[in-house]
Amino acid sequence: MKKAIMGKKLGMTQVFSKDGEVVPVTVIEAGPCVVVQKKTLQNDGYSAIQVGFETIPERKLNKPQMGHFNKNNIEPKRYLKEFRLEDADQYEVGQEISCDIFDEDEFVDVSGVSKGRGTSGVIKRWNFSRGRMSHGSKFHRAPGSLSARDASKVYKNRKMPGRFGVYNTTILNLKVVGIDKNRNLLLIKGSVPGTVGSLVTVRNAVKK
Amino acid sequence: MHPTIVELEREMLRDDLTPFKVGDTIRVHAKVVEGGKERIQIFEGLVIARQGSGTRESFTVRKISYGIGVERVFPLHSPRVDRIEVLRRGKVRRARLYYMRDRIGRAATRVKELR
Repeated sequence: MKKAIMGKKLGMTQVFSKDGEVVPVTVIEAGPCVVVQKKTLQNDGYSAIQVGFETIPERKLNKPQMGHFNKNNIEPKRYLKEFRLEDADQYEVGQEISCDIFDEDEFVDVSGVSKGRGTSGVIKRWNFSRGRMSHGSKFHRAPGSLSARDASKVYKNRKMPGRFGVYNTTILNLKVVGIDKNRNLLLIKGSVPGTVGSLVTVRNAVKK
Repeated sequence: MHPTIVELEREMLRDDLTPFKVGDTIRVHAKVVEGGKERIQIFEGLVIARQGSGTRESFTVRKISYGIGVERVFPLHSPRVDRIEVLRRGKVRRARLYYMRDRIGRAATRVKELR
């Protein structure tokens, strides 16, 4: 990982590209993030930076949390995350990371927590097929057979209805369509995990 | 929608276009890229619908070309729309003139004119 930033998903819209095509984009308020702590090989056994995002009032913190920020005179942040960057030792504590670490037309990966869908059936959750709804069909949205008769049991990992959503997920190789440095906005082509207002992490595309 | 997105969209809106309404007959000067070259193509017809808001707003123009109805949807704020001329203002009582699709012959392109 070369560079990464935390951000907030603001929602989706569309923009026109230079040649007039309509491009669907997700607007992410990315940063400004602050390096809160540096992890080093000697001290922690690995090198990384701990980054904070979104300032919050001090009264929302308890004393140990406050101490963590006060140590380096950093404004309290709502979210803390570690990035194991290749050049982590180049960063200084207190250094600001803003959305201009990315360029237009660059490819990025975006991670977040997917939308919660509650208890879902097998069609939504596992992409099962549906039976026909009419013409005497008695099979609509049921899961069907769970196992073979001779097996006399249901094997583990059988796909069934249940809680769906709210898991960490990453979308790879999304294109950065636009950057607005003044408002700390990243416009990223396509959709991104999570609800509006949820925390997302944008990093350089690792598999491109 | 998030206020920042509303703001972002407002900046992308075009204010240089002639205002027009559903029922108007307009001439759309659209930019087309053909073989690496850009030229302007004119599409003339009746506006039968406008939909969406902000940058997503689009409009549908319908004309009868060689006896066949042709509809084209343009994104209103697209840079590919060069300019719009309003030829006739129509007086209509509906927001969507989809009933024009069922009309045959002379009635197919006629809408009461606005005085």
